[in-house]
Amino acid sequence: MMEAFGFLLQGLATAMDPMLLLYALLGVTLGTMVGVLPGIGPALTVALLLPVTYGLDPAGSLIMFAGIYYGGMYGGSTTSILLNTPGESASIVTAIEGNKMALAGRGGPALATAAIGSFVAGLLATLALAFIAPSVVKLALIFGPREYFALMMLAFVTVSAAFGDSAMKGLTSLFIGLALALVGIDGLTGQTRLAFGVPQLLDGIEVTTLAVAMFAVGEALFVAARIEGADAKVHAIKGAVRMTATDWARSWKAWLRGTAIGFPIGAMPAGGADIASFLSYGAEKRLTKYPQEFGHGAIEGVAGPEAANNAAAAGTLVPLLTLGLPTTATAAIMLAGFQQFGLQPGPLLFVTAPTLVWGLIASLLIANVMLLVLNLPLIRIWIKLLMIPRHWLYAGILLFATLGTIGVNPSPIELVQLTIFGLMGYGMRLLNYPIAPVVVGLILGPMAEQQLRRALSIAQGDWTTLVSTPLSAGLLTVAALALIIPMLMRARGRGAVLSQIAADED
Amino acid sequence: MSGNSPFTKERRPNGAAFAIALGLAALGALLIWQGVVIPDKGGYAGIGSGAAPKAVGGVLIVLALGHLWTGVKSTALPHPHQNWAAIGWVLLGLLLQLFLLKPLGFTIASALLFACTARAMGYKKLHIALPVGLVLAFVVYGVFDGLLKLNLPAGFIEHLIYRG
Repeated sequence: MMEAFGFLLQGLATAMDPMLLLYALLGVTLGTMVGVLPGIGPALTVALLLPVTYGLDPAGSLIMFAGIYYGGMYGGSTTSILLNTPGESASIVTAIEGNKMALAGRGGPALATAAIGSFVAGLLATLALAFIAPSVVKLALIFGPREYFALMMLAFVTVSAAFGDSAMKGLTSLFIGLALALVGIDGLTGQTRLAFGVPQLLDGIEVTTLAVAMFAVGEALFVAARIEGADAKVHAIKGAVRMTATDWARSWKAWLRGTAIGFPIGAMPAGGADIASFLSYGAEKRLTKYPQEFGHGAIEGVAGPEAANNAAAAGTLVPLLTLGLPTTATAAIMLAGFQQFGLQPGPLLFVTAPTLVWGLIASLLIANVMLLVLNLPLIRIWIKLLMIPRHWLYAGILLFATLGTIGVNPSPIELVQLTIFGLMGYGMRLLNYPIAPVVVGLILGPMAEQQLRRALSIAQGDWTTLVSTPLSAGLLTVAALALIIPMLMRARGRGAVLSQIAADED
Repeated sequence: MSGNSPFTKERRPNGAAFAIALGLAALGALLIWQGVVIPDKGGYAGIGSGAAPKAVGGVLIVLALGHLWTGVKSTALPHPHQNWAAIGWVLLGLLLQLFLLKPLGFTIASALLFACTARAMGYKKLHIALPVGLVLAFVVYGVFDGLLKLNLPAGFIEHLIYRG
């Protein structure tokens, strides 16, 4: 406990470096921007920026990426409330009550409770991250290949099959990702697989190319294909962006509950921020003293989910930093960001690069304060972004999407991949297949394969090694239950609740 | 516009499920075939380089069967009308950029992509979209190639102005 505090203070000293502050500011500004803009989320933005940051400072770039993740969670609420179009998937529930509040002329308090709730949750969850991380690192040191393998199986199941409207669709997405992950040179034997003599495929399929294609190109195609009629209407904010005493009284408990729900969900491989926000909405609906207001603009229904999605975003960093295990698409791309600088997140990173890790965690606290300023007094500037016509917005998104790919590797092969995966992303959106499992499968697939083969080598080919410790057996059991129970629920017609909590991109 | 073909209105039931089943089966078969043909010394418990492709391929085949089953059992949900012309415009933009990137440079190729995407989103004034795209792509080139040292393909515009 005390050692974490000391590390955090050192981290704060690191994070106060003017350059790093600038990176954090850049990150949270970009994050808020993409959060506000419908159609682009944090996963896509980090993917677009990865190639751009090759030549920059690793610590600064990673701080910027984390700032984008946090900022995206803040900004998403604005679009949900004012436009009824969630800016990113974790803000879908915010739209339910938030937009009703805006319609009733209470857009100001809705935006305020979302921003302050995000701040409270972000602050508490980042502190929780700082205090939990050292213990998880100690635990992780006893992890062997079989435990890592079991943990990855759990992550696979929760990302793909546990939520959403069909386990088969989620698993299909996951296995497409796992199939793509096999392309290139096998890390253990050096054997080339599925490259078919194309030299550009020897390094495998780039995570950034896949993510940019599926999120940017796929989304652009999807939006273009259903263009009919005019853009949605933005509700003007009437009155000030502040809350009355009653609003405060009704919000603060919802913030704390949202944080308590969101952080563990993010921290355990149990799904991303969108799932946390749905569960928080459900909890608020059950506990409220004003049930008649739900569905007509209850402030708790904005406060809880917005706190939950920020807390979950911070929670996601626990497995990412301590175990090197990404559990959401954004985390998967951030992992690619670490690897780009030759850093491997995991217990060792806390030993080999403590300044960087603690600087990153501490800068998130600072980023939170910046975000509060960006999202309360300056909210009207962001709303102007919603006035950008859709055709300029998407034309710009595609230009930047191809820029990233061309910048890393200006070979036609990459651009062909971008187009093919873009079409695949469009088809998957059209037919309701989740996108995130493809990206997570691509990045976790090779790691899971290596851990399995290592575990079997250590045990000299004895498969029972996978369940020979209570930890690995327990994790595999939980993974199996997370696969089977939702299937039974759907079979018995109780699947509606699961398809609501569909994990999407963030 | 070609987007109004009757095909999109009266979609044959389950067409999508069967098509996906076919695609998954093909991908699965490809993986299993590759898993079998690559040199594999086996490793412990037969888990070498070829094992993962075979396993993933096997699951893909099972998923293909699952899709076949869904295709037989259920009727497909009616699709929202899809504007195929718009998709064509985005793809045209991507292809133009792909083929013109080397000969004409980043600025012109990307401006064409920009204009085509704007057209796909319903903005029909190409004489405005193209110059806007040119200016944006030109500025982007300057910032990313000049300041951030990203290596973007240069054409005559870039040579003329940035290196001339």
